[in-house]
Amino acid sequence: MVDVTPADAVPPAEVGEMELYHPHSWWTKYVFSQDAKVIAIQYSATATAIGLVALVLSWLMRLQLGFPGTFDFITPEAYYQFITMHGMIMVIYLLTALFLGGFGNYLIPLMVGARDMVFPYVNMLSYWVYLLAVLVLVSSFFAPGGPTGAGWTLYPPQAIMTGTPGGNDWGIILMLSSLILFIIGFTMGGLNYVVTVLQGRTRGMTLMRLPLTVWGIFTATVMALLAFPALFVACVMMLLDRLLGTSFFMPAIVEMGQQLQHSGGSPILFQHLFWFFGHPEVYIVALPAFGIVSDLISTHARKNIFGYRMMVWAIIAIGALSFVVWAHHMYVSGMHPYFGFFFATTTLIIAVPTAIKVYNWVLTLWRGDIHLSIPMLFALAFIVTFVNGGLTGLFLGNVVVDVPLSDTMFVVAHFHMVMGVAPILVIFGAIYHWYPKVTGRMLDETLGQFHFWVTFLGAYLIFFPMHYIGLIGVPRRYAELTDMTIMTESAHHLNSFISIIAFLVGFAQMVFLFNLIWSIRHGREAGGNPWRATTLEWQTPQTPPAHGNFGKELPIVYRWAYDYSVPGAKEDFIPQNVPGDFRPTREPA
Amino acid sequence: MAIALVLVLIVVGSVLFHFLSPWWWTPIASNWDYIDHTITISFWITGVVFSAVVLFMAYCVFRFRHREGNRAVYEPENKRLESWLTIVTAIGVTALLVPGLFVWSRFVNVPSDATEIEVVAQQWQWSYRLPGKDGKLGTSDTREVTAENPLGIAPKDPNGQDDVVVEAADLHLPVDKPVKMLLRSIDVLHDFYIPEFRAKMDMIPGSVTYFWFTPTRTGTFQVLCAELCGQGHPLMHGMVMVDTEQDYLAWLGQQQTFAQLSAPQQTGSANPLPGNTMASALDVAAKVETVEAR
Amino acid sequence: MSVILVFLLVIAGFAGWWLSHQRLTAKPWLEQGLAGDLVGLERSALPTAKIGLGVFLAVVGCLFSLFTSAYFMRMGLPDWRPLPLPRLLWLNTGVLVLSSVALQCAVIAARRGQTDMVRLGLATAGLTALAFLIGQLMAWRQLTDDGYLLDSNPANSFFYLITAMHGLHILGGLVGLGRTSTGAWNGARPERLRLGIELCAMYWHFLLFVWLGILAVLAGWAATFVSICQRLLT
Repeated sequence: MVDVTPADAVPPAEVGEMELYHPHSWWTKYVFSQDAKVIAIQYSATATAIGLVALVLSWLMRLQLGFPGTFDFITPEAYYQFITMHGMIMVIYLLTALFLGGFGNYLIPLMVGARDMVFPYVNMLSYWVYLLAVLVLVSSFFAPGGPTGAGWTLYPPQAIMTGTPGGNDWGIILMLSSLILFIIGFTMGGLNYVVTVLQGRTRGMTLMRLPLTVWGIFTATVMALLAFPALFVACVMMLLDRLLGTSFFMPAIVEMGQQLQHSGGSPILFQHLFWFFGHPEVYIVALPAFGIVSDLISTHARKNIFGYRMMVWAIIAIGALSFVVWAHHMYVSGMHPYFGFFFATTTLIIAVPTAIKVYNWVLTLWRGDIHLSIPMLFALAFIVTFVNGGLTGLFLGNVVVDVPLSDTMFVVAHFHMVMGVAPILVIFGAIYHWYPKVTGRMLDETLGQFHFWVTFLGAYLIFFPMHYIGLIGVPRRYAELTDMTIMTESAHHLNSFISIIAFLVGFAQMVFLFNLIWSIRHGREAGGNPWRATTLEWQTPQTPPAHGNFGKELPIVYRWAYDYSVPGAKEDFIPQNVPGDFRPTREPA
Repeated sequence: MAIALVLVLIVVGSVLFHFLSPWWWTPIASNWDYIDHTITISFWITGVVFSAVVLFMAYCVFRFRHREGNRAVYEPENKRLESWLTIVTAIGVTALLVPGLFVWSRFVNVPSDATEIEVVAQQWQWSYRLPGKDGKLGTSDTREVTAENPLGIAPKDPNGQDDVVVEAADLHLPVDKPVKMLLRSIDVLHDFYIPEFRAKMDMIPGSVTYFWFTPTRTGTFQVLCAELCGQGHPLMHGMVMVDTEQDYLAWLGQQQTFAQLSAPQQTGSANPLPGNTMASALDVAAKVETVEAR
Repeated sequence: MSVILVFLLVIAGFAGWWLSHQRLTAKPWLEQGLAGDLVGLERSALPTAKIGLGVFLAVVGCLFSLFTSAYFMRMGLPDWRPLPLPRLLWLNTGVLVLSSVALQCAVIAARRGQTDMVRLGLATAGLTALAFLIGQLMAWRQLTDDGYLLDSNPANSFFYLITAMHGLHILGGLVGLGRTSTGAWNGARPERLRLGIELCAMYWHFLLFVWLGILAVLAGWAATFVSICQRLLT
């Protein structure tokens, strides 16, 4: 291969400075701030707060499943409200918001070498609309009839009927309104993330020099911008069905002996729209995790990410393919059975680029210099859980295998492992990794070790055995598992075991929260670049970075993001903004 | 260091759990042992991949952990290795997919000698309809549903008059005869699911879905609803009994046809009894309430 | 879902074209120094705001493609009774075209620095867009008076829903146009004003294009076109 550009052949051109909004008061600095870093923290704090609600809800569900009949206040009605709110919060209001709104806002401008997002005002609006969406969601807990209990998939007709909690009350209306608001808010933020990557990159930052974190978040945002409108359309149409009596999704129905006014609608249409959003959504959560974990592994193994180009291509391929696999959630939905052939094939094809990413993570460890720091531990745990969950995805994607397993606890175990546990482990790793940059102090190591081991082992012990409950044939979304012939005594014991572990894992998260708050004041001073990393966010003049991120001049990028352990270099890392030639003398075999 | 050991333990533990766990699928009672075989193939392939990846990772963590003076090897990529891994993965995926697609084509192509049986779901009970002597099911429409005609059978369709209606009771099936289950719902989504038969399919109000199977052993099997259908969802049980031919015919003889069921109404009964539909819905509602009261 | 898939294919085409100019096959570890001097690797020469609007329009396009997809899927079911389009819609279409033309004139005037023409163009565009919205409301009124209610048939529901969505987008555009116009009267910096007007024009042309698409779908031409294509294929 040829070396394309001789170093410094052309003097750097002036980088166009953006006009920053400089806050004058406390309010505009910390509350109505247009600084992406503040917005990131606002997003993260809000997402964590609502995530805690979801955690408590999962405890309540586990109480019911692990010890059926012991807790009187968990009626079937309440149980369905718990599962619905838990699912919706985790997928949309926690994971999507945290990865894109939280990490995206904090990392994109810093990593690409920009002063801020390109449209800071819109970025600020994005957060406030998100907060409003969260508040509307929370308000449904206090509305007459309580929140909706339609399951996070909100399938009509039941989502808007009396037999479902909140179906004929405020619950579903508030849920749909909240989603619509979320999508509007997200679109505002998403425009920023995409255009900042397109236009905000500093000089020398070509696409192939971007850290994989930015690649992951960028691709996920593009997907989200194109996928969320499907949910928007579905929500608006369902809202009209519910409020104005249209029949988009509602066929002729007899409800408790009464003929309803609707006629002719198609519940399957909703499912197509929902999963047209819903499947990309899985990757909207997964791709940022992929990107972040690549950077964690590379930094803490002191080695360049193996096969960077393949990693980038795989991200793009996964992003594109994920738009043509949606109906694998609908194999047993009663859609035309011949779709099964097509969607099973596309679904299993998507496994190939995903597998390549896994290989490359593991091969990055090979002949590395692995520092078993907490972010690295979380990254390793991510690989285990992601491989486990990804492989069970091959069961469910393979249309005929899905027939007995769909709608059983196997599915629950699968998606929790692959898009619950795995991305959340990455979030934890990422927080341990970037917390020193955000606050200037390290998180406590001992508490971190405790948090890691309980979370990782606990999560595995919860969800690995759960697959086998599904294999028996136990359906998901059952508020009661009594009166079921296939549910043996031992399976009930297994459920109790899972519940107990779930409480422990939840408790470990409280320790983590304590660590987060305690270390702001009492953590060890971190310095500007505690992990000795190459990417630009570690090269800021101040830690935490000041408004405008970089000092007087924006950094100029001379190399890719993974110059770790370059032969001939004195240090085992060379930051991206360091000029000079440390080119390896030979083309690696 | 502990992490390397734990990674090995995870693999060993998971494999042991898989082979020793008492939680396994129910003994099969239909012809869909193909599906079980496909799952077994999937377990083998994915199990090998999982163990290989995690064990390799454990080895890397152990062998290349940080020690003073260590330095990582600079290796941006290795095209040959990556191509080989891609090819091997593609082969593995194909090995999963191809048998799956073959079995799926069997699953969607119903044999011509299959008897049609209709399942009608409503919140939260199962009813059935069998073709009468003419071997045909009459047309139906949710709009026709009344307390007297809970399945919404079109009263004007002559094909429907001799249809056998089994309302909110157990279904019997003859062993070793292929059946095509026509699935219909009059309110929300449901899913007719018997774990021992492996097959299942959603029922969608407004359309008719189907699946087919051949019961291969006699016995009593519990029907579960596998698609969330409101708060009575976990209570929506039913029974299917697979009988010998004789027992089946005996049971069939006791059932009433649509014409017989609607006869009192046609003679102009002054005070029609409240329909079973309402009764059973109330019954489940009461059950739900008792759970709440508990 | 074919409409949205075609739309995504177009987006993928753009993305692929752009990515193909980014040297994704380069080996970044071999390239040190300022690779940025290579043509096309840096940020685009277009103003950032235009790129931002472009991305937003892609999202809007996605939204309307999805509505259209849903429309076609729902249309296949037996209870669909197409509703007669009110004649008024043709007048409204004309008014919307006029609005777009006026904004294009404003763009040209802004480039030439003719302040009066800019103001005239902006005012005409704003008023005609308002007239379009009022016209749409009158069309709704006519339909409801004739008994084509929102919930009486899915074709009606889709008609009201899609036109309402389009109208809301026009309304949003009017906010932007209002801000730009304030600038035009209060003497904003000429280059800033020009950018603002160009953005408005871009948005207006796009919404006109969307409206023509909607009209084709609602009038049934799109369905006819699709069925002709299907016949040609078989």
